[in-house]
Amino acid sequence: MDDKLKKDEILHDHNHDGIDRRGFLKCMAWAGTGAFCVMQGGVLKSYSLSRLAEFKDKPMKGDFSFVQISDSHMGFSKPANPDVVATLKAAVDKINALPTAPSFILHTGDITHLSKPEEFDNVDQILKSANAKEVFYVPGEHDMVGEGEGKQYLERYGKGTQGSGWYSFDQKGVHFIGLVNVLNLKAGGLGSLGQEQLEWMEKDVKHLSKSTPIVVFAHIPLWSVYPEWGWGTDDSAQALSYLKRFGSVTVLNGHIHQTMQKVEGNITFHTAASTAFPQPKPGTAPSPGPMTVPAEQLRSLLGVCDVNYVQGQHALAVVDSTLE
Amino acid sequence: MKRTFSTLSVAMLAILVLMMAGRARSLSAATPAEVAVKIDNFVFSPNTVTIAAGSTVRWTNHDDIPHNVVSDDKSFKSKVLDTDEVFTYTFTKPGTYSYFCGLHPKMTGKIVVQ
Repeated sequence: MDDKLKKDEILHDHNHDGIDRRGFLKCMAWAGTGAFCVMQGGVLKSYSLSRLAEFKDKPMKGDFSFVQISDSHMGFSKPANPDVVATLKAAVDKINALPTAPSFILHTGDITHLSKPEEFDNVDQILKSANAKEVFYVPGEHDMVGEGEGKQYLERYGKGTQGSGWYSFDQKGVHFIGLVNVLNLKAGGLGSLGQEQLEWMEKDVKHLSKSTPIVVFAHIPLWSVYPEWGWGTDDSAQALSYLKRFGSVTVLNGHIHQTMQKVEGNITFHTAASTAFPQPKPGTAPSPGPMTVPAEQLRSLLGVCDVNYVQGQHALAVVDSTLE
Repeated sequence: MKRTFSTLSVAMLAILVLMMAGRARSLSAATPAEVAVKIDNFVFSPNTVTIAAGSTVRWTNHDDIPHNVVSDDKSFKSKVLDTDEVFTYTFTKPGTYSYFCGLHPKMTGKIVVQ
């Protein structure tokens, strides 16, 4: 088995910064077919998802793990998916089948489709049957459309947050930052964090040591995925500048209903699939709306993301898996 | 010769009057009316609409995803529109009203009220 492990190693550290970029790129290509990448001792190794079980007793299990889900759109009922309850439940089943129970779930927004109370209640109810101690949310634009712009969302998930719902917390030495970039959007613009939130964030990370791993989560991507479709955030560069000095930064987003990864210096960007319906790849359709596929293909385009953190390792291991 | 000249001038005058009448018709869009704007594939169409003061614009969402209609100057804002839902607004004051979708701000449109 050790020989097989050696064959999967990719050892190119041209920048001498412990990041094996070519390895990462190879991992990006495999991610869609179910692969995971683990940074062990500064070396990036990739394995096919079917071998996940082999790592049950290995360091890869990590000090803790959590799951990212996104875009459950509770209340949506159109051809692209007439039953978003069933697919969210399938996502919970997937989470409960993981070799290690996650410490918590991060939901990167568009929890509901129309910000209705019963839609929020339904998601809350369904996620209660996941083997995770708690769920942390950030809102999507669909969670802010009811009366009073975000009133429903904040009543439920605003406790301990500031402004339109931003906050941070620590778990096992990792600093998590939940940002809101779906309010006060300007005509013709992209996502927006706003001055107040940026100032808060700068202060929030100011006194952290640069070896503290950082995880930022927000609904709309914090990098420019496809501006023509609004897939980006106008003022994210400023937010990311506050994180330049940290050795390990992971940015988790949703909104685009497909998995995508990008590595830039010490930052790994990742977007999750939706648990409700897929959207087209950038520029491959007239608009970014719900994409209808044959029923038997739907679940292969929806998914959850498992993230493993091993103390002392450089990057978090981010693993996407589809519902089927 | 003189008769031809006067016939010609009458004819020219007639043409001139007709042209001016025609121009006046298209310039004033005189009667307030109801104008429809479709929301389809994340686009407001027609993108720019010109109407007379007192006219009503009627937006209908044909997309499988909700949208809304928000004016840049905050003078009007619809509730969120699911598929087939409608928002109407009557424009009484002349001016140019730029608007966008609050959920998908890349979607923009314009109402010009004369």
